[in-house]
Amino acid sequence: MPFVQNFPFFSIILSMFSGIVSAVLPARAAKWVNGVLIGTVGVLSAILLVYLMGTKEAFVYWMGHFPAPWGNEIRAGALEAGMALFFCVILLLSMLGGQKKLVGEVEYSKHNLYYILVDLLLSSLLALVYTNDLFTAYVFVEINTIAACGLILIRQNGRTIEAAVRYMIMSLLGSGLFLLGLCTLYDLTGHLLMSNIREAVAQLSRQQAYTVPLLTTIGLISAGLAIKSALFPFHTWLPDAYGYSTVSSAAILSSLVSKGYIFLLIKIFYRVIGFEIIGESKVINVLFVFGLMGMVFGSLSAIRENDIRRMIAYSSVAQIGYIYMGLGLGTQIGIVASVFHILSHAATKSLLFISAIGLTDVSGGSRKFLDLTGAGYRNKLAGVAFTVGSLSMVGVPMFSGFVSKLLFMEASLGHAIKMFPALLVLALSTILNAIYFMKTVIRLYVPDKRPDFGQITMKDEKLYAATLICFIALNVTLGMFSQPIVNWIRTGLSVFG
Amino acid sequence: MLGPNLFANYGEAVAIILFGIGFSNLLLQKNLIKKIIGLNIMDTAVYLYLAEKGYIDGRVAPIVTNGVQEVGAYINPVPSGLVLTGIVVSVSVTALMLSLTIRLYRRYHTLDLDEISTRLKKEGL
Amino acid sequence: MKRKDNAFFRWFFGETDTMLGRVEMRPQQEYTETASDIREVMQDSLTQDQTGDEEDFVLIRVFHRLYRVAAVFFCVALIAVLLINVSWLPKNGGADNPVNNEVSARYIESGLQETGAVNIVTGMILDYRAFDTFGESNVLFIATVTVLILLRLDKEKKAPAKKGMPVYQRPKDELTIAQAQSRDRIYEPKNNVILQVVAGFLVPILFIFGIYVILNGHLSPGGGFSGGAIIGAGLILYLNAFGFEKTERFFTEKTYKWVSFFSLTFYCLAKSYSFFTGANHLESGIPLGTPGAILSSGLILPLNICVGLVVACTMYAFYALFRKGGF
Repeated sequence: MPFVQNFPFFSIILSMFSGIVSAVLPARAAKWVNGVLIGTVGVLSAILLVYLMGTKEAFVYWMGHFPAPWGNEIRAGALEAGMALFFCVILLLSMLGGQKKLVGEVEYSKHNLYYILVDLLLSSLLALVYTNDLFTAYVFVEINTIAACGLILIRQNGRTIEAAVRYMIMSLLGSGLFLLGLCTLYDLTGHLLMSNIREAVAQLSRQQAYTVPLLTTIGLISAGLAIKSALFPFHTWLPDAYGYSTVSSAAILSSLVSKGYIFLLIKIFYRVIGFEIIGESKVINVLFVFGLMGMVFGSLSAIRENDIRRMIAYSSVAQIGYIYMGLGLGTQIGIVASVFHILSHAATKSLLFISAIGLTDVSGGSRKFLDLTGAGYRNKLAGVAFTVGSLSMVGVPMFSGFVSKLLFMEASLGHAIKMFPALLVLALSTILNAIYFMKTVIRLYVPDKRPDFGQITMKDEKLYAATLICFIALNVTLGMFSQPIVNWIRTGLSVFG
Repeated sequence: MLGPNLFANYGEAVAIILFGIGFSNLLLQKNLIKKIIGLNIMDTAVYLYLAEKGYIDGRVAPIVTNGVQEVGAYINPVPSGLVLTGIVVSVSVTALMLSLTIRLYRRYHTLDLDEISTRLKKEGL
Repeated sequence: MKRKDNAFFRWFFGETDTMLGRVEMRPQQEYTETASDIREVMQDSLTQDQTGDEEDFVLIRVFHRLYRVAAVFFCVALIAVLLINVSWLPKNGGADNPVNNEVSARYIESGLQETGAVNIVTGMILDYRAFDTFGESNVLFIATVTVLILLRLDKEKKAPAKKGMPVYQRPKDELTIAQAQSRDRIYEPKNNVILQVVAGFLVPILFIFGIYVILNGHLSPGGGFSGGAIIGAGLILYLNAFGFEKTERFFTEKTYKWVSFFSLTFYCLAKSYSFFTGANHLESGIPLGTPGAILSSGLILPLNICVGLVVACTMYAFYALFRKGGF
């Protein structure tokens, strides 16, 4: 076995080990461990990605001494490795961008606990990406949930703690449903490893046996993960959680945590149930409808909002709706569009959160639109970054959001019945997006000389500025060189099942 | 609509009803402590459901006794292991929820989640 | 015997209380309630009266009603669907259900030879499916971290000051350590003789039973988690009977930190070694011993001890943090 195949295992274990070690380290050391960890995992994933793009097939790695149906295993293909790399990049940039805010908002003696949370969050994301075992996925979903809750409440005021309670309640409902679905699936097939379950499920569906429980199981698992990733009617905790937590947390939560669950759902569609059976079941139609509703209602709530960070948070609801709409189409190209949107939304949303913090800093710490008037002049780079993010969200060419909208359009054209509602809502949602994002951008550039608010230039905050530039570059790269990325997603999906 | 095995699977049926009770408590109760109780009922119900899955008529717990190692002697060990793992998860989550409740109570002197929300709005943070 | 003043040696040479002379052994002071304490306790009920706005409009109340009706309907529908689901599942207790396939067969038939554990469930969770179990102890670890974030009261410690960096301001309404300790005295049981006598009798038994359960995890029902929970319960009982002054002689936050650090590190390294050798098809070289003996079944026994230590410390830490925000 080539040594490079150990890398997924190394990345998972390394991030867990760093979390454990950080518990006894002082805050500064924990910070360095965290940074080095994310960098190392990123490099390992990049090497793995290059290797897997060369071999064009996936490999299975035993976690222990026992082969497939008995032991536990992880499985890596091009899609997984690329996802891991992308998650690392976003995580590193979000941590760097929020570094300064963290010092002001979190007690110093609790900083190392924050880095433990981030380390373990990374390990759980990696495990969700790589694992080939359904029950392991459940355990790491729980780690992900608790870590996310910790990220919300690290900044302690009434709002965040209340948001954390609401988040936990929703997540626990979701985990309950997911676990029940998992148990039923185990009862029907007798396996816990994903590939083995798929063989058993395919056999059951050929024999037309256990059709009712199979349908319920798919429903339970999808509902559980949809609740956890804040699909439309279950999003009530989201604006407070994203709006009031410290900015790194908001960026990480919106761009990574919910995406981990969605990636797991895609994996379950492909590798556990089998794509044909999912396509025939009615469950994806429900996901499709809720996705469409989320696209409209999320944007409507965002328009009503008078607080810039809560507005960005509501926009996340709409974007999650897009992803579920793509999944709900039930076609290969729909999934490609969804995966691309996972990337594009993660890159854009964390950019928006990080740049919004630069804008509120030069507006006396206020997040109301009235005080933000002219903030684009007071902090030029943050203004430019926010504009780039907004343009990408609206779907202007050159930026990443445009490509994902194009892919969604293409995907919905391929479906006879769902084509009309999908296209209609896409157009409507784009208009709504344009309304609230352009409103904000115009507000930022209305000339307003307010001497009481200071100015921030690039030289004052070099690290922050560098982060923003990296984010803008990432966004433009996703928008301009989308073809290789789409090809990578296609190759990855072809060996995903 | 209804399948043939509802009464044969009475153990699972009880587990499901308990799950529903816990689920509704978690969703509907306003009092945070009652919500946590609901959460625990829900989790325990899932473990009961899992344990029922592993049971086989007339067999004993999977601990090798007298060197007997036949499949026909013991129940299925896998669900028992999953229950063990699940219990730890539920303990951790309960501890987290309780400490959140303590913090909220210290600040707002109430356990009613809706009440807390209205006070937050009044604070206008 | 020059170093007889060392606490360990004094324990080793048979003095009963190693801390003798350093910690006072007299009973705790009687607590007397003052007017301000009563007011503080009463404040909870006082503040409750001031809320509940009358101006909360009819519309919101109607919405809440509707929401509750919809939620009840949803829950009933969920139960109904799940019951229908149950009615279609394979018959409970059947020996030829899909669950009883080659997977469980191998665990039963060759689990003893392959893992060395007489208790097949322990062998399964700590060897065949060990990655889950490692994840599970991480769940416990991360839950402790979040509880620490929420409830630990720290002495104010300033970050190393740097130019241009913001400074953290602690919110005024947060408890200080002194406040928390004085509050704890209000609720603490006050030298209850019955509790102390019973605890003095029960705590050693609980510890011994817990240790037995941990050490026999691979031979009989039990294992790290259950044994650790029993020991944790013993610690909590001891704390309740005798107060923090006594427990802090042997268990502080430092103890917790290092014990859980070493246990989890050992767990992590041992399992990494086993995963790495397994995946690369190398021999692990860990002897399995004779099945049925205490020292057998390879890594399972040390792992159980690690899990037991972590769980015992974590249970005690949860209790101490809930009560006064520290150890």
